[in-house]
Amino acid sequence: MRILEGEKVTKHFGGLAAVYHVDFAIDQGEVVGLIGPNGAGKTTLFNLISGSLPTTTGEIRYKGKKITGLKPHQICRKGMARTFQSAKLFAGMTVFENVLAASLFGTKRAITVSDAEREAMELLEFVELSTVGAMPAKDLPIAHRKRLEVARALATQPDLLMFDEVMAGLNPAELAQAMELITKIRNKGMTIFMIEHVMKAIMNICDRIIVLHHGSKIAEGTPEEIATSQTVVEVYLGE
Amino acid sequence: MDWVRMISKKSFFLGLSFLIIILLATLPLYIPPYPVISLTSIIMYIIITVSWAIFSGPTRYISLASAAFFGVGVYTSAILGEALLLPVVIVIGGLVSFILALFIGLLTLRLRGMYFIIFTFGISELIRHSLLWWETKMMGTVGRWVVAVDHVVVYYVILVIFALALLTAYLVKRSRFGLALKSIGEQEEAATHIGINATVVKTIAFAMSAFFMGAAGAIMATRWTYIDPKIAFNPLFSFMPVLMAIFGGTGQLYGPIFGAALFAYLEEILITKFPYYYMLIFGSILIVVILFLPHGVVGLVQKWRKGGLKRQNANP
Repeated sequence: MRILEGEKVTKHFGGLAAVYHVDFAIDQGEVVGLIGPNGAGKTTLFNLISGSLPTTTGEIRYKGKKITGLKPHQICRKGMARTFQSAKLFAGMTVFENVLAASLFGTKRAITVSDAEREAMELLEFVELSTVGAMPAKDLPIAHRKRLEVARALATQPDLLMFDEVMAGLNPAELAQAMELITKIRNKGMTIFMIEHVMKAIMNICDRIIVLHHGSKIAEGTPEEIATSQTVVEVYLGE
Repeated sequence: MDWVRMISKKSFFLGLSFLIIILLATLPLYIPPYPVISLTSIIMYIIITVSWAIFSGPTRYISLASAAFFGVGVYTSAILGEALLLPVVIVIGGLVSFILALFIGLLTLRLRGMYFIIFTFGISELIRHSLLWWETKMMGTVGRWVVAVDHVVVYYVILVIFALALLTAYLVKRSRFGLALKSIGEQEEAATHIGINATVVKTIAFAMSAFFMGAAGAIMATRWTYIDPKIAFNPLFSFMPVLMAIFGGTGQLYGPIFGAALFAYLEEILITKFPYYYMLIFGSILIVVILFLPHGVVGLVQKWRKGGLKRQNANP
């Protein structure tokens, strides 16, 4: 079943087409990677899908319903969550409160505070941050910040998770942990759409990869197809 | 042991607040009128500061529209004072400010940082000058008389508004609505992406804070008996709460109360004797506070009690 699809999605910043006529479709339960050189429009595309930015033209549908024009909080409550390239945590709040807020506000259901608290605790355990729950989020090291963002996104009970470079800036040991966490999330049956520069991760985790370059989609396929594609190699390494 | 300390601390604070309330409530019985009147203006400043902090504290949107909401309350009282009962006038004063804040909120809360500050300041100045123009050109007389009310009644009314504002601030802080406000202040974009309707949350909080300012204005008008746009919409009503709250510290409920009480008291003492030195001293203290005590005096006390001032954070 199609969970997310975009049709001729376009975003202009003044004269610059940051995203141009991009078509994409993601099925339920799939893990799809989004790659491309710096400035290719990957984060812009994420911003368009999650409602941070209005599209110039084109249409995005989530679970068959049009979501272009909706506000981020409406899209979140439809069951889509995202993380940010530079972790945007509630820095002055505790790690626990960060997740709690998402549990309380992220869904359409009416939830009691004690239920939300229990849920937040469980999620902190899931991402292995339960020991630092009382710490202010700003005191966390980078790897923990990224995991907290994942927990916060999960707390909104999404069906589709969008990760914007959750593995950037991690050392090899942390990277292994992050990959393990994503695999764990994936095994829960979650649909994942992820931007990533860490090729090892992308190649291992993703079912399918979309390549953006200068705002346009230049390739799409399985990790093997992408790794051997002439166009992709040219874009990344030059001719 | 920590539990025992926490419980006894909590009951200590509860007992202390209870004692202060009884003291404040019985004060007019055994002190002369002048201190009661002074105390009334001190509490007025505390109300404006506490209600300012309901919105601006957690969201970090610095509003300079307090004078607009206060002044609207003052004028409501001046216009309706003769026709309606005092409690009704005060509630209407609060409601008119509430509605005005809803409009201003929907208009301006998409602005952030400096733009929001300037816009809110502009709004209160716009109202003040428009009213002055209207009175000068259209009515031929500037200012109005307000039906006077006995100073003890004024005192009790302001005390009730104070208690309600404090209770509201406390409940908001503890509620999920308060958590939403805090999330917006910390990271607004992330807050919207976890399902918080930032515009609605901000606007409601803004209007709630305006309600108490309007109510305070409505009762203060009856004490002043004569009002005009310069008195009602005095820009100091916008600036003072910000300075008082920053001085006290906005992290805790008692920060703004402490800051407002101290400065309003200083003003009562100093402004008649050294009006220029007062602002000079005030300004100097404020610069020191902003530079060295970013969390205000209350923040300093907390930090100090937590284990010394030397403890520094690795990731500030």
